[in-house]
Amino acid sequence: MTDATANQMPASGPAARSKHGSILVQAPSMRARNRAEARFKAYGLAAIVLALTMLAIMLTTILSDGLSAFRQASLTFPVTLDAATLDKSGNRDVAEMSKATTVTYGKVMAQSFVAHLVAQGISTEGVSEKELAAMLSKDAPAALRNDVLANPDLLGQTIEVTVLANGRIDGYLKGRVTMESAQKDSNISPEQLVLSDALRKAGILTSGFNWGFLKNPDASDQRPEAAGLGVAMIGSAYMMVLVLIITLPIGVAASVYLEEFAPKNKWTDLIEVNISNLAAVPSIVFGILGLAVFINFAGFPQSSSLVGAFVLSLMTLPTIIIATRASLKAVPPSIRDAALGVGASKMQTVAHHVLPLAAPGILTGTILGLARALGETAPLLLIGMVAFVDNYPSAPAEGVLDPATALPVQIYTWVQRSDPAFVERSNGAIIVLLLFLMVMNVTAILLRRRFERRW
Amino acid sequence: MSVFMTLVVLLIIAATAFVLCRQRALAMVAGDARKLHSLPGFHGWHGVVMALVPSILMLAVWLIAQPMVVERQVFAHMPTEMTADASAAQLVMADVRRLAQGLETAVETGRLGAEQATSPTLDPVTLRGVLAEVGVALGSEVTAPILNGAQEYRSLQSNFALWRTIVILAVAALGVAWAVRLTQPDFWARNRVEKVVLGLLILASTIAILTTFGIVYSMLTETIHFFQQYPIADFFFGLTWSPNFKGGSELGVLPLIWGTLYISLVAMVVAVPIGLFAAIYLSEYATPKVRAWVKPLIEVIAGIPTVVFGLFALVTVGPLLRDWFAEPMGLGNSGSSVMTAGIVIGIMNIPFISSLSDDIINAVPQAMRDGSLGLGATKSETVRQVVLPAALPGIVGAVLMAASRAIGETMIVTLGAGAAAKLSLNPFEAMTTMTVKIVGQLTGDTDFASPETLVAFALGMTLFVITLCLNVLALIIVRRYREQYE
Repeated sequence: MTDATANQMPASGPAARSKHGSILVQAPSMRARNRAEARFKAYGLAAIVLALTMLAIMLTTILSDGLSAFRQASLTFPVTLDAATLDKSGNRDVAEMSKATTVTYGKVMAQSFVAHLVAQGISTEGVSEKELAAMLSKDAPAALRNDVLANPDLLGQTIEVTVLANGRIDGYLKGRVTMESAQKDSNISPEQLVLSDALRKAGILTSGFNWGFLKNPDASDQRPEAAGLGVAMIGSAYMMVLVLIITLPIGVAASVYLEEFAPKNKWTDLIEVNISNLAAVPSIVFGILGLAVFINFAGFPQSSSLVGAFVLSLMTLPTIIIATRASLKAVPPSIRDAALGVGASKMQTVAHHVLPLAAPGILTGTILGLARALGETAPLLLIGMVAFVDNYPSAPAEGVLDPATALPVQIYTWVQRSDPAFVERSNGAIIVLLLFLMVMNVTAILLRRRFERRW
Repeated sequence: MSVFMTLVVLLIIAATAFVLCRQRALAMVAGDARKLHSLPGFHGWHGVVMALVPSILMLAVWLIAQPMVVERQVFAHMPTEMTADASAAQLVMADVRRLAQGLETAVETGRLGAEQATSPTLDPVTLRGVLAEVGVALGSEVTAPILNGAQEYRSLQSNFALWRTIVILAVAALGVAWAVRLTQPDFWARNRVEKVVLGLLILASTIAILTTFGIVYSMLTETIHFFQQYPIADFFFGLTWSPNFKGGSELGVLPLIWGTLYISLVAMVVAVPIGLFAAIYLSEYATPKVRAWVKPLIEVIAGIPTVVFGLFALVTVGPLLRDWFAEPMGLGNSGSSVMTAGIVIGIMNIPFISSLSDDIINAVPQAMRDGSLGLGATKSETVRQVVLPAALPGIVGAVLMAASRAIGETMIVTLGAGAAAKLSLNPFEAMTTMTVKIVGQLTGDTDFASPETLVAFALGMTLFVITLCLNVLALIIVRRYREQYE
């Protein structure tokens, strides 16, 4: 020990030494060695700082680009639902009313919007009627149409509606769209932005928490403001539950066999080598397997959460088996000997004593495996989950066969779209995904802290 | 009854069996469990095993066999020229299935009477309209043989489903009856239950082998299909990659392998020094307090999904490199490039290398450090000349594993590297990798008979073999040298 401390002291340099009046003068070679020592240490520190800086940059860009996705601009104004245009036959028959398309509703809505602006005395100078209508989201007429079809009595009334603003107007409120960028943008004009400032003052254009982002299904290229994570979150939830149901029993069973029962022979060696190899196989290979086996061979429906869960399960199993085996190994043999000594069978020993003691470790490993599966994208692309899905999958049992998408895949599809509003959405989706991952990881850490035993 | 409902009923039968067998065992010894060979619960579990194991095995066999039998039956009544060729037969069968599905939905929604759907005089043209209403779009023209086939398919399916339910439930009931009969005070229920449980455990542990087998088998068959259509030499030695779904594609893998290796090289150049120095600092220099904070923070990087790194590459790193390095140096103006993808993969791999190396460095015995320090070496000299050489095999193993991860990485390269297959040395140019092309060739509408789709399987196989070799090599190195100091 004294050697080590004596050796550390020169690191503080000759300058420090002379202050204490030491007569020891370092030889030039020793000084060079100490400089090398300091350099080496600095490299290590620099490496850590660099790695953590990268992490910090990444997280801050995600947060700064993504937090705005949780706010959304909307417009509130009264709409007069003209019965003559929306229900030509006049008998309030839903089947006939559905002949009025969203285009018609769009016109009705635009008229009411313009009329309201005139009534409020807001100048619309330099903005054509078409541009005025374009300030509303393309999704708004469809939403209004659904409301009317669900409740035909609304016809003929004037109702107060709150509709999404166009993605560019939304971007203007968030600072993504500016007067300069609007000049070059064919989808928005600076006059429209001036008008939206006036609308804000009048209280027509407001901005609030974006529940739609968490609830709505995906929307098409033209309407980023309506796109949400609803379907993706349901799909991910279905898959996580299925992965848990599939991997936990199989993973625990396999590890118990390998750790407690398996004889040492070629066959178990083969299994072990296989498991450690599978843990390192690129995830996309599992996607190819899923495509070939589950979809082409077994005929399961494409883009269903069931197939996604199968693929993710096969991918996570090795991780869970490795973690489970480690925690089984950590249970001291004396526990097993005691149980066997009082007459328990081997199976009873494992079921009554070893497994309960290893449970916290198994659970921690499983949660970490699930977290990995939740963030996995590549294999899901191959089994068709990248498809555009705007219908919610139905309730469980049958819903697992419906087309769905997953959170990471949704991020990927949004990134690929051209409208910059989708980049904001995908950053927002990343925040949601990271929140889920953080909750899972913190749970795992807490479990480990709370229940981990040192023998 | 649907398969799901059958399973539910089976579970109910199993629960009954548990109660029956347990009660009977207890009743036979007048409630004195000491006189039983096995605990009463084991008699109950024996009942469950007897109810479930044979019936579920039966169900599995039935579910695998049924489609084959039905298909054969349907084909038997079709003109032979329609089913002579295997791939044509598959298409016919797909049509039949879709039509049968459509009929089913039409009957369910009440747009078609149950008798109407099965009548031989059903008109294909009106049927088309009806199916379009229920949302089943038919691709090809509905011909009479296909329609008849679909009708037969439907009736066979429902017949089989009925028989399946009856047979399975009968098997389960028989099993329960037998289990009840076997229940005697001196019956070794525990041993039998434990044997079955052990069998299940073994079955679970073979899943890993089945998965590997499935991967190899599925990729190998499709790869062989591919090489029947495309010469193997052109694939492995071709210098151009230009798939064309109209035919006449050139599918040389070399540009892809080059892109993959180049990007992985950049990634390793970033990850290895940073990861290794971080590990050295953490294990040799850092105070316990610093270590307790920094180590988990670095591992946070490992928990971030790859698609997030992909977005980071596309939105932040790519434009940064383009504006600050590529354009001023005149090396190109592309945001997605080898550098972009490589650097980001490198960042992703830092925690992987650092935590593996950290474990390995910690495994080097303290006595070796003390010996070196005692001879007067400085700390860094000790690390460089004693600790690192001792830990080298393990570190090489870790680096190899990280390399295999970099080669198999998909999302970062899909978003950050670009899609152009090129053989170029310029690191600021967009290049592409095998994984990107697998995603590209297999997403969207795919035709599993064309070489342009099948090539993805050949690429997957190449990727699998490369990463497998790296992993096995790493495993061997780590295993061989790990025990050296234990």
